[in-house]
Amino acid sequence: MAEPVFTPVNLLTGFLGSGKTTLLQRLLADPALADTAVLINELGEVGLDHHLLQRVDEAMVILPSGCVCCTIRGDLAAAMRDLLSRRTQGVVPPFRRVVIESTGLADPFPVLSTVQADPVLRHHFRLGNVITTVDALNAAAQLDRHPESVRQLAVADRLVLTKTDLADDNAVRAALRAIARLNPSARLWRAAEGPLDAEALLAHDLFATAARAEAARRLFADELAGVEPHARGAGRGVAAFAVVFDGPVDWRRFGLWLTMLLNRHGARVLRVKGILNVAGEQAPVALHGVQHLVYPPVHMAAWPDADRRSRLVFIVDGLDRAAIERSMRAFLGTGQARQAA
Amino acid sequence: MCALCGVLGGAGHWTDQVHRPGLYAAAADPAERRRGRALRVAAARHVLAHYRLGLADWQGSAFVLSTATGKSEIVDDLGHLWPAAERLLGRPCDPLDPDLLERLEARTGESHG
Repeated sequence: MAEPVFTPVNLLTGFLGSGKTTLLQRLLADPALADTAVLINELGEVGLDHHLLQRVDEAMVILPSGCVCCTIRGDLAAAMRDLLSRRTQGVVPPFRRVVIESTGLADPFPVLSTVQADPVLRHHFRLGNVITTVDALNAAAQLDRHPESVRQLAVADRLVLTKTDLADDNAVRAALRAIARLNPSARLWRAAEGPLDAEALLAHDLFATAARAEAARRLFADELAGVEPHARGAGRGVAAFAVVFDGPVDWRRFGLWLTMLLNRHGARVLRVKGILNVAGEQAPVALHGVQHLVYPPVHMAAWPDADRRSRLVFIVDGLDRAAIERSMRAFLGTGQARQAA
Repeated sequence: MCALCGVLGGAGHWTDQVHRPGLYAAAADPAERRRGRALRVAAARHVLAHYRLGLADWQGSAFVLSTATGKSEIVDDLGHLWPAAERLLGRPCDPLDPDLLERLEARTGESHG
């Protein structure tokens, strides 16, 4: 029997007016993304141009519900099931990727949990990179005033800084400082200052690169570098930090610990991502979680580098890093977790 | 139903995935899987003892969580364990609670000399 194929789903998020639709227009113009279906909220600030609409029209569903998280879930699940059904029937072209552009006012979590938890969708789709647009002109003020914009930034695997051609140096620096504090591990592009690599933005994700050692090495070099210098939390209580532990980890104890942590504090664990040296395994396990949701862990083909330590990057809101590390150490039972330098 | 372990709809929780290319599942071999479940129960009991809760495997397909007074609940996987524990206790189970951590650290000290 053929192995099931899981269609990757990318979430494109970012605050109102931060350039999501403009970015989507650019990405969809790339021939590499010709087989992409797009789901888009009705609240889009910039209409996709007519030519592009024609191209994706068959595979596009407008979500009527706007920005309310609790209603978008049902609509999104229904829209995706409909898309799947139309692909199976041959009514729409056989798309190989889905991009969901969420409304700028939404916490991205319900979209991710819908894709992963829906009993039909989870057998046909898998979550890919989350791309967040950050408006260089207004980021600092938006992040101060709107908690959902902080969540959008923290959840990102890829960040696209927009409007750097319109913002002055001070505003750009303020935006970059906010990014360094809230999500230092996501790879960053500047939309106005050169070409965008659509493949790298959308397609180079944990699952897709796990079987290719060199691609995985690059991915984790991005993810794990740069966290330590910015590891102190500041302001609003959102902090990014890395936890490194020597020696193999007992998978069952780790699972027990993380499920207990996410059950009680999931809403404040904005993101956890990294690789684990699991006891008894030759190759590492890549882990990725967003709030209460943990993606299916990926068994990598090989270690991405010579370092055999487990490394996890947390982005938390109002949780104490020392308490998390102590708790992990106590659950793993070996006193092996230690803070990154 | 999973043909390996007989779990109804058991393709769910990330700690207990069925095998799929590229993903991590703890064990494909049925005997190894049963052993893994036993170890998981033992690890969970270690923590649940702090709350005077017990856990037992239920026919290799679920777990039975019970209080010292006999109240019990069946849970499918670790994703359901902690909400069920909190329901039975009527209070939160916090892995950052210093009292819990002291207890776990003391036990680690005993077992590791």
